[in-house]
Amino acid sequence: MTSIWEYANPRRFMVASGTLLPWITGIAALCLIGGLIWGFFFTPDDFRQGSTVKIIYLHVPAAIMAVNAWMMMLVTSLIWVIRRHHVSALAAKAAAPVGMVFTLIALFTGAVWGQPMWGTWWEWDPRLTSILILFLFYLGYMALWEAIDNPDQAADLTAVLCLVGSVFAVLSRYALVFWNQGLHQGATLSLDAEQNIADVFWYPLITVLAGFGFLFLALVLFRTRTEIRARRIKALITQEQMT
Amino acid sequence: MIGLLKRDLTLALRAGGGFGLSLAFFLIFTALVPFGIGPETGRLAEIAAGLLWHGALLACLLSLDRIFQLDWEDGTLDLIATSPLPLEAAAALKALAHWLTTGLPLVAAAPILGLLLNLPGPANPWLVASLLAGTPALSAIGTFGAALTVGIKRGGLLLSLLVLPLYVPTLIFGALTATRGAQGLDATTPLVLTAGITLGACAILPFAAAAALRVNLR
Repeated sequence: MTSIWEYANPRRFMVASGTLLPWITGIAALCLIGGLIWGFFFTPDDFRQGSTVKIIYLHVPAAIMAVNAWMMMLVTSLIWVIRRHHVSALAAKAAAPVGMVFTLIALFTGAVWGQPMWGTWWEWDPRLTSILILFLFYLGYMALWEAIDNPDQAADLTAVLCLVGSVFAVLSRYALVFWNQGLHQGATLSLDAEQNIADVFWYPLITVLAGFGFLFLALVLFRTRTEIRARRIKALITQEQMT
Repeated sequence: MIGLLKRDLTLALRAGGGFGLSLAFFLIFTALVPFGIGPETGRLAEIAAGLLWHGALLACLLSLDRIFQLDWEDGTLDLIATSPLPLEAAAALKALAHWLTTGLPLVAAAPILGLLLNLPGPANPWLVASLLAGTPALSAIGTFGAALTVGIKRGGLLLSLLVLPLYVPTLIFGALTATRGAQGLDATTPLVLTAGITLGACAILPFAAAAALRVNLR
């Protein structure tokens, strides 16, 4: 039984992620294409909302993954701060743009759904606003990575920012609930509910959700591999210059 | 410890220290508001409390890069880091000095500027209390942001991008206190929450700021 920390070694990580990546990408594509076709064409229209209800298949998974991406960055930042594994820091860096795009997808699909349903593209509702603020956190995090030349320094500072930012993101979430009541319905999916939505919608929805999860995993692995390769090239160039 | 605080305060108060600049910015911000919104007193009274909070927040933000930048450039920061004083305490003192020279004057000026915006009289105690409870958090968060970006040349815009999202909870509760006060409602709950954020920020963020400074001084 090998420990998970074995994969903190960049070479082992490259080998393992190289073999896993095609499979994960395949599963992601299968789940996404299958789930979306199932959801878009083989589920009944809603009684009141008509076919616009089908935006849920993009909106809900994107919003869930936008939050989870930040959680993953928090965990990998902690691992970097505690155990100094470079792969972990690079994975956090790789996840940020992906998470940011997920917040954008959630905001965009929400606006497209909100226009016919609520009669407005945007509403200062706690749930909408907290996703918008999460988007700003992603922007700041990425900008800090870009601004610092020394990669280890950048990894340290962004990790600290991620830890502090997580605390304030949670605080903002509850502050926003206090601030405005909002228009957004409650959580569509929650773990403690007996049945969240009717089964016809539920099965395609979790299929797409799994697809988004695997897509995120595939993109993060891919981007981490790119970062590791970029580091290697940099090291090779410095080596050349030394000799 | 006291020496460092005294030094920071004197530096800020003497010529070129920037004391009063943020106060002047606050005044100009308030004076410009009616040009954008329109001079109707009723409408101004409605939004005055929130606008004063925005003004205080921006005035605070603009003075953040002074906290560590000059000390970083002339090497004082290295001396502070090697002194027996823990860097955490130094960061907390820097935040305190920033609050004394920026936050406290803003609190004092807010009711006077409230007159310009036709802020209802009963709102004044709430506004002052909310700013008094909230501005230390702005200084503590700002010190952390300044510590993160101290090594970056012309990091002012980046600093705003990093710090403003962190200001969200403080702004929400602080402005809510002042607005509720202006409407004649009881605003104890948001006031207590503002104070809670300030206490939490002052307790945790000096450690984060010191960690960021250590990385930057490496």
